[in-house]
Amino acid sequence: MSKAIELRGLRRDFGERAALTDVDISLPEGGSLLVLGPNGAGKTTLLRVLATLLRPSAGDVRVLGARLPAEAWRVRGRIGYLGHDPLLYRELSGRENLRFNAALHGLRGEAAEQRIEELLGAVAMTRRGDDRVAELSAGMRQRLAICRCLLHEPDLLLLDEPDSNLDSEGRELTHEQLAAGEQRARVLVTHDPRRHLPDADRAIVLGPGGRVVRECAAADLDPDEVISAMGGVVA
Amino acid sequence: MTPTRVAFAAILGKDLRAELRTLQSLPAMALFAVTTFVIFRFGLDRTELSGSLGAGVLWATLLFAALLGINRLFVAEREEGGFDAIRLAPIDRSALFAAKAAALLVYLVALELVVVPVFAIFFLDSAAALPPVAGVLLLADLGLAATGTLISSMAVNSRARDLLAPLVLLPLAVPLSIAATGALEPLLAVGGPGYERFGTWLAVLGLYDLVFLLVGYAVFDFLLED
Repeated sequence: MSKAIELRGLRRDFGERAALTDVDISLPEGGSLLVLGPNGAGKTTLLRVLATLLRPSAGDVRVLGARLPAEAWRVRGRIGYLGHDPLLYRELSGRENLRFNAALHGLRGEAAEQRIEELLGAVAMTRRGDDRVAELSAGMRQRLAICRCLLHEPDLLLLDEPDSNLDSEGRELTHEQLAAGEQRARVLVTHDPRRHLPDADRAIVLGPGGRVVRECAAADLDPDEVISAMGGVVA
Repeated sequence: MTPTRVAFAAILGKDLRAELRTLQSLPAMALFAVTTFVIFRFGLDRTELSGSLGAGVLWATLLFAALLGINRLFVAEREEGGFDAIRLAPIDRSALFAAKAAALLVYLVALELVVVPVFAIFFLDSAAALPPVAGVLLLADLGLAATGTLISSMAVNSRARDLLAPLVLLPLAVPLSIAATGALEPLLAVGGPGYERFGTWLAVLGLYDLVFLLVGYAVFDFLLED
């Protein structure tokens, strides 16, 4: 089976500080990986490297068959990235933001409108889709951000705390959308392993210096043990 | 890859829609320029400005008013994550440079549509010079849009962006200013517009535009890297 992600010796430094050190990960197409670790362990940095938003300092990084950073252009448009920021313009409405992102990804006309309405309906945002993003609650923005990252039907989803700010209805609705697509690979960063471990195939735990301190099948991980290990901040 | 013209239209449309909705840049630019003309009018105690003085007052006012728009050009991209959204899309990043420069050009032309007539009311005794003045300003705006977009994209990531943009842009705009005022000077001469060395200055303006459009196109991709 071909690999969605293959990392060998990935390192990413910010000045003198190592955010990721010797990270080796392999994830098959359609696979699902949970990334766990305390604050400052490098989880977000890992996602940003995979999303082509940060250049690796060293190591061999392949995403959807493309070597990063040299071939980053090959995978842009095949990745759906949900970060801490919703990446939505506050002065535009939800629909306008989605139309803008659809155009950037080459989706236009009736096909774009249909896809936007389908996603807005799926996350119960049809009625508020014409409101300016600045007027929406944080949970509603998160629903729109999830629509944005699914809009172009990516082959790889990179999700950083997808449940942030969502109420229970929002969590259920967005979970359904994020879990759809059998061939779609997923990398999910979370502080809530109890909720996400059952959906994952594999899990890694990052520790100090962004080193992988544990890699195993998701089913082998005890959520309570992980939660107690994550209860700190990496110095 | 999404066609560049599609990405260009999407980014330009988004910027113009946001500006129309918020009016964050244009009214401030226009108000600044008109206030500056009022200050010159009473500060110089003159009801007429001609030749090099008229050209200098008009161009310097427009240049400093443009800085207000240039400073804000990439703020939404920086503060609302637009840079990331654009970097994640399968587009040629020069589309972002072209769209931002086009948006700035639209702001400058809109600014001039308001403030050049005000300048004429304050300082000119006839409107005969206005059509060729508009042509010169359009050519100068193109260069200013290219340079301003380039500098604004670099300065936006700095906490001192309000200082950095003028400090870097103004020296780069010196050749543009010399050429623009050189072309405007005979147009604003006493006794009606003249065209002495007009062609030479237009050629210099055209060359400046070409150089900075090409530089922007060539380096913009690197400026967006982390």
